[in-house]
Amino acid sequence: MATKVKKMLFILSKATIENVYAAFIMANGARMEGIEAEIFFTFFGLEAIQKKKLEKLHVATVGNPAMHIPTMLGGLPGMEAFATKMMKKEMEKLDMPPVGEFLEILSDSGVNLWACKLAVEMFHIEESDLIDDLDGILTIGDFYNRADEDGTHLLFI
Amino acid sequence: MENINRNEEGYLTDFSQWTKDVGAEIAKDKEIEMTDQHWKVVDYLQGKHKNEEALSIRGIKKSGVVNIKEFYSLFPGGPLKISTMIAGIPKPKSCI
Repeated sequence: MATKVKKMLFILSKATIENVYAAFIMANGARMEGIEAEIFFTFFGLEAIQKKKLEKLHVATVGNPAMHIPTMLGGLPGMEAFATKMMKKEMEKLDMPPVGEFLEILSDSGVNLWACKLAVEMFHIEESDLIDDLDGILTIGDFYNRADEDGTHLLFI
Repeated sequence: MENINRNEEGYLTDFSQWTKDVGAEIAKDKEIEMTDQHWKVVDYLQGKHKNEEALSIRGIKKSGVVNIKEFYSLFPGGPLKISTMIAGIPKPKSCI
């Protein structure tokens, strides 16, 4: 079956777990539908591809009205860790893989994973800090060039 | 194939009508030439379906039958959608 969306390019700029999973699930979902997919990790999104940080991402409990708890409570020590633990438990029930395993699945599924050059330099990140499955470090211009074909969509998360 | 009941997407609505020939015929429609490795995957999927276990890409990774890279190369263009159609079982409903 012909599909109008041929390629999805995701720009992940945040490290909160709900945003990271949104990008991962949509990229994986694209591949499962026969659509090409790539993710460009920039700014805080880089946390999701740093070996030492990727399993320690949190859900945002402050400034997030959908948590349905007072913002003051969300700021208490341990609240983020608690909310994250609860969310991970629910994810496991749905067979959603942890971040590291998810990245492996994405890479094996043919999703290209790119780090943003400017953000890598800004945060003083070494290439050795980043996951082995990374396809490379790109400038935004390089990334736009990858969008240069019909049926490509860009999504900023 | 005329006597086989399929829904509008092409999935079998009655698994008891499935035979290897039916599977191979659907595969041919999808331009897939079935090999032993394809049939092993089909067998795995049918086993999962029989036990009413949900299918997911993570499940494929853990299956021990096929790895994800190979899965994509065996059934190009949407591996789980296509392989389940060939296996005569319903299209998976999961988002992962």
